[in-house]
Amino acid sequence: MAEESILSDELVRHLISVGEVDLLVGVPTYNDARTVGHVVQVVRAGLLKYFPRERAAILNADGGSQDETPGLVQAASISDARNPAALRSLRTLHSISTRYFGNPSRATALHTIIAAADLLQAKACAVIAPESSNIEPEWIDRLLRPVCRQDIDFVTPLYRRHKFEGMLVTNLLYPMTRAIYGWRIREPYPAEFAFSGRFGSHLVGHEMWREEACRAGAEICFTIAAMAGSFRLHQSFLGPKGHLEQSSPDLVPAMRQTVGTLFWSLDQYFTTWSASTETKGVPTLGAEYEFMMESVRVNRERLYQMFRTGVAELEPVLASILSRATLDELKHSAALDEQQFQYGDELWVKTIYEFAASYQRSVINRDHIIQALVPLYRGRTCTFLLQNREASEPEVEQHIENLCLTFERLKPYLLELWQGRKGGS
Amino acid sequence: MRDMIVSELSQATHEVVQEFAHLLPRLLVMLIIVCAGWLVAYLVKAMLRSALRLLKFDRLSEDAGAAQLLNKAALPSSTELLSRLVFWVVLLGFVLLGINALGVIALGEDISRFFLFLPRLFVAVLILFFGMFASSFFSRAALLAAVNANLRSPRMLSYSARVVIVLLAVSMAFEELGIAENTILAAFSIVFGALMLGLAIAFGMGGRDLARQFLDRRFAEERVPAKKEDELSPL
Repeated sequence: MAEESILSDELVRHLISVGEVDLLVGVPTYNDARTVGHVVQVVRAGLLKYFPRERAAILNADGGSQDETPGLVQAASISDARNPAALRSLRTLHSISTRYFGNPSRATALHTIIAAADLLQAKACAVIAPESSNIEPEWIDRLLRPVCRQDIDFVTPLYRRHKFEGMLVTNLLYPMTRAIYGWRIREPYPAEFAFSGRFGSHLVGHEMWREEACRAGAEICFTIAAMAGSFRLHQSFLGPKGHLEQSSPDLVPAMRQTVGTLFWSLDQYFTTWSASTETKGVPTLGAEYEFMMESVRVNRERLYQMFRTGVAELEPVLASILSRATLDELKHSAALDEQQFQYGDELWVKTIYEFAASYQRSVINRDHIIQALVPLYRGRTCTFLLQNREASEPEVEQHIENLCLTFERLKPYLLELWQGRKGGS
Repeated sequence: MRDMIVSELSQATHEVVQEFAHLLPRLLVMLIIVCAGWLVAYLVKAMLRSALRLLKFDRLSEDAGAAQLLNKAALPSSTELLSRLVFWVVLLGFVLLGINALGVIALGEDISRFFLFLPRLFVAVLILFFGMFASSFFSRAALLAAVNANLRSPRMLSYSARVVIVLLAVSMAFEELGIAENTILAAFSIVFGALMLGLAIAFGMGGRDLARQFLDRRFAEERVPAKKEDELSPL
């Protein structure tokens, strides 16, 4: 029923004419003309090279791009210019481009791809971000092979990143999802991922599509649904993450899409995470982590000033979210000068857990709670930058691991807050 | 002479007795109405209090900033205050109904005017409450947006938003009550106009570069955004 409502009649007709497939690769797009042609060509090369015997299709779900995106996808789908003569599929490789209903939304695009995979009865489906400028054909193999060959349900990527890139992931999303749901998934908000037909069927009719908080960060919702639903998980190392050339996403929307969705999920999966007491590793193909260590210029002073201003100006808002003790500690930290400033692991974890509990109780508007976290996150990144300025690769990893362990150690504190035994505000 | 006085007195006494006899049942009716009114008002109060507690009205009122105001004025919680208000309005309504039952013609018009006023009073209270709620919400939204955008004086922006919305709500409530409509309207127009003019002048004088940058960003041809030195992707 779910796919009937999300797929247009024209797309359904098109999918029926394609028939059943083994593999589907979805590319959700909206005004991605700069990179999408290359991405589709590489996806095609990857399918031809690594899965020549499988019935495969590429589905582009577009949100009504004003640039040439759909045309470029079509052109790339029929172009063999980049493919060596040896790359010939034994079957037809179908390429479909569709304009989904409604306003441009990544959640709707993903829903369309998942519903199409379900209708085509694909055994495995991969989703590739259209802005992944340095995608390699091997990515397709590394994402789809575990699903096809090892009966894995959900594959998340691992990237080679600069040690200061993705600090929201390393300082909050990874440690918190790991502590809460008990699975060590390094990229809980994956730009690229793959899933089995079984997990796709689970997702397609899921109530998450009706929840605004979940639609905002559909990718992290998938990861959480996989962790909470006892699906088989896997990680694959893909190489350098190639989104650096793009402008960085604004922090507030990024927090809404990830932290907002993560906080929202805590209520939905309370019975699952409250019973989970230990963390489990996830089978990994390739390196578990790799950091690029070259120096980058970061204006730490600006981050510190924004943290100080945030704590001072938002004090009445923070007082309604945080406990008195945590707020006092924050104010004390904000009073220190930049060289002495330290937003330590324990204070950071307590801050996050109190924010999560206040979000659950809706002490103020939930979106305001997420926005109030932004200056505090800036303070934490300032400390992380200082802590890892001269750190080697293993040292950076050790600092992240220590933070994860603090999140795990303080999980009972979150449970107490959740059950109202400690007043967050 | 004596007989005349006695006759007049007995006639007056008779008339008083007759009047009293005539009034007594009405007085009784009034008492019954007031007693029934007290009972109804008490029940309405109890039911309203339970319903408001169920709807977490105190939380809503905290969000609106009304709870803090009540606290400062040493008044009970919003739920309690509203329940008591409704109790007294209902009781007063029944008392006036009882007085009407006495048949005092001069009071009849005032009583009907009071009943006509009640819905307007209710709407005015509602406008004030939602005004407070909106002012609290938007002032906090302005504060958060200003802090996260690293703007100067975020509290002043937030306070301005609150003042404008509260002014608007108060003037609307007074207009609904029909109290000093023209004065309130004129006062609001002057304050609001002055505030907007002040902001426009302040922006024009101090924010020319900001306005140019904004218009550049909004309407200039698409260009590759320059990467700021501290713009590391959070994801």
